[in-house]
Amino acid sequence: MIGLVGVLAAPLVGAAILAFLSAYRLSARINVVVSAAAFASALLLLVERPAPGRFLLVDDLNVVFIVLGTFVGLTTSVFSASYIGHELATGRLTLPYLRFYHAMFQLMAFGMNLALAANNIGLMWVAVELATLTTVMMVGIYRTHQAIEAAWKYFILGSVGIALALFGTILVYLAARPVVGPGIDGMVWTVLMVHAHGFDPALMNVAFVFLLLGYGTKVGLAPMHAWLPDAHAEGPTPISAVLSGLLLNVALYALLRFKMLMAATPGAIAPGPLMIVLGLVSLVFAGFMLYRRRDIKRMFAYSSIEHMGIIVFAFGMAGPLGNFAGLLQMAMHSLTKSAIFFSVGHVAQVKGTQRIAEMGGLTETHPLLGWALVAGVVAIAGLPPFGVFTSEFLVVSSSFARQPVLAVLLVLGLLVSFGALLLRLSAIAFGEPLGSVEPVRASYVPIFAHLALVLIAGVWLPGPLVLWFQHVAALLG
Amino acid sequence: MGISFDVAHMLAGLMVLAGLMMLYQDRLYPLLHVLALQAALLALSVGWQAHLQAAPHLYITAAIALLFKAAFIPWALRRMVFRLGIHREIESVVGIGPTMLAGMALVALSLEVMLPITAQADPVARQDIALALSIVLIGLLLMVSRRNAVSQVVGFLAIDNGISLAATGAQGMPLVVEISVAFSILVAFIVIGVFLFRIRERFDTVDVAALDRFRGEQP
Repeated sequence: MIGLVGVLAAPLVGAAILAFLSAYRLSARINVVVSAAAFASALLLLVERPAPGRFLLVDDLNVVFIVLGTFVGLTTSVFSASYIGHELATGRLTLPYLRFYHAMFQLMAFGMNLALAANNIGLMWVAVELATLTTVMMVGIYRTHQAIEAAWKYFILGSVGIALALFGTILVYLAARPVVGPGIDGMVWTVLMVHAHGFDPALMNVAFVFLLLGYGTKVGLAPMHAWLPDAHAEGPTPISAVLSGLLLNVALYALLRFKMLMAATPGAIAPGPLMIVLGLVSLVFAGFMLYRRRDIKRMFAYSSIEHMGIIVFAFGMAGPLGNFAGLLQMAMHSLTKSAIFFSVGHVAQVKGTQRIAEMGGLTETHPLLGWALVAGVVAIAGLPPFGVFTSEFLVVSSSFARQPVLAVLLVLGLLVSFGALLLRLSAIAFGEPLGSVEPVRASYVPIFAHLALVLIAGVWLPGPLVLWFQHVAALLG
Repeated sequence: MGISFDVAHMLAGLMVLAGLMMLYQDRLYPLLHVLALQAALLALSVGWQAHLQAAPHLYITAAIALLFKAAFIPWALRRMVFRLGIHREIESVVGIGPTMLAGMALVALSLEVMLPITAQADPVARQDIALALSIVLIGLLLMVSRRNAVSQVVGFLAIDNGISLAATGAQGMPLVVEISVAFSILVAFIVIGVFLFRIRERFDTVDVAALDRFRGEQP
């Protein structure tokens, strides 16, 4: 019980405290402490978890997401401390905005943890909405033309997405009502799963289409992805890291839950093919779009769309191997992409620009930062020995065995984006040194912690973790 | 069936009609008036549901719809429009004729989709869900066919009205959702307000086309 309370209460209390603190060092430190408390509570959930109630639930599936999410939240708060220090020094952020930033950061963490721990489809929807609104506020925090446009676009598309998801949620309740009876029980996951065999399949089909489009917008699937690159590029970099590393996963988790419900309803359409199509479209589209990027954060945002495409594809293929590969890919992508955004944040600060054309020779001017970025990009491009290689290999090999044609398309998309990433990387990291050469005060711990985990996962996946993921993959059906 | 069904059906149908009326308003003030009308109809419809289902908590939802959505939001948006000095014409991306035809097609589509699959539900819920879907789709159409930030907000609020209608039509839907919907409207509204003023501050216009200058990457 302590674990669950900690995961939810720590960010909430933290947000309340941070809203009134404007001392930069103190509030940055409190931010880290609160995130650490949430992560520690999440670890407790691995050992001991409360019985599911009507509103909250911790089971084998969501505990993976909660632990991963709170870990990325912790490392991001460490990175955020040094990043925000620089933003204050250069005057891009002022102290009142800093207070707002920290409070919103924790409120967002609360929203995400609540969405992951919710046992109620209505509560989950409210939590996703909370997380969305807080990130909208943070994307617009710099108040430049671009930031406002990005926040506006994110807000409008995100709202339409969650509105559609709510309509789908209502339809699920409507399908459950004749079987479960009116009242709160008709929205509780655990109750729904037990009674799913009696639901009206036609109603569930329509509901799933709305849920897929709604939460799919939040996952960043093409063609509903338009908000994602702007929101990543124009907000503060710690927010880009949590958007890619956390928020996309939360929306994905919601989709997976409803997919399980669909699978338990006899006669309903198989959600797999829909997810496979959306995943492939996102992957191939983002792969080609990567070539035309001139902004470094925007480029990695497209890479996130690409990876969410792979993940949704893997879960769409389903089966023990497909789900396993999807889970692994999701964890690896979260860790790698947030490590990349950590280093990109420092790079953009030291070079004073996000434009790729104005940065070059990073490994010469800032060796440690440059090589960290190289390692991150090599990992995200899917090269061995990193964990992304393992998971992408699993996705490809499992789909070759079952759907060779789809697998060819998958490999095509992977190769296209691979080429684009390495092309840009060579310009940024090697090439002729460009831009400022002044030394950087970066926080390397979060970057290397993430990369080390990804490297370890690529070389040797611990046995218990494999068993755990296999178990969860079996749950996903 | 009988009178109770007829009244519920009529109110929901009038809401769809208000949605269609929004599509051809080419000025902001009348658009806001139609939004207020739709929200007032929503309040009546929810109140009628509260009476039918003998669910007193739905009266709260009806009151929220009446006071907040039908009175406060249109009033606040009207003030904003006046202060921004944009109460003249709003341009439509596509013409009014095609937009209306598309709106009618959406109503037909949602009836066609929802009526067969909700055969198990009771008739009132059935009609409400089908008509609610058409209101949601019309709201989406309004959002994509307008470039003005205020009319996009109106489109979003129309979507919300449709969802509230669906939520109350589904009998016994837990209150937690209704309150959260009302609450999130409030939050969403604050967010929108903040953004509008920022946009005003920066661009001296709330036309989203002005934002398009900054779209994508500048070379």
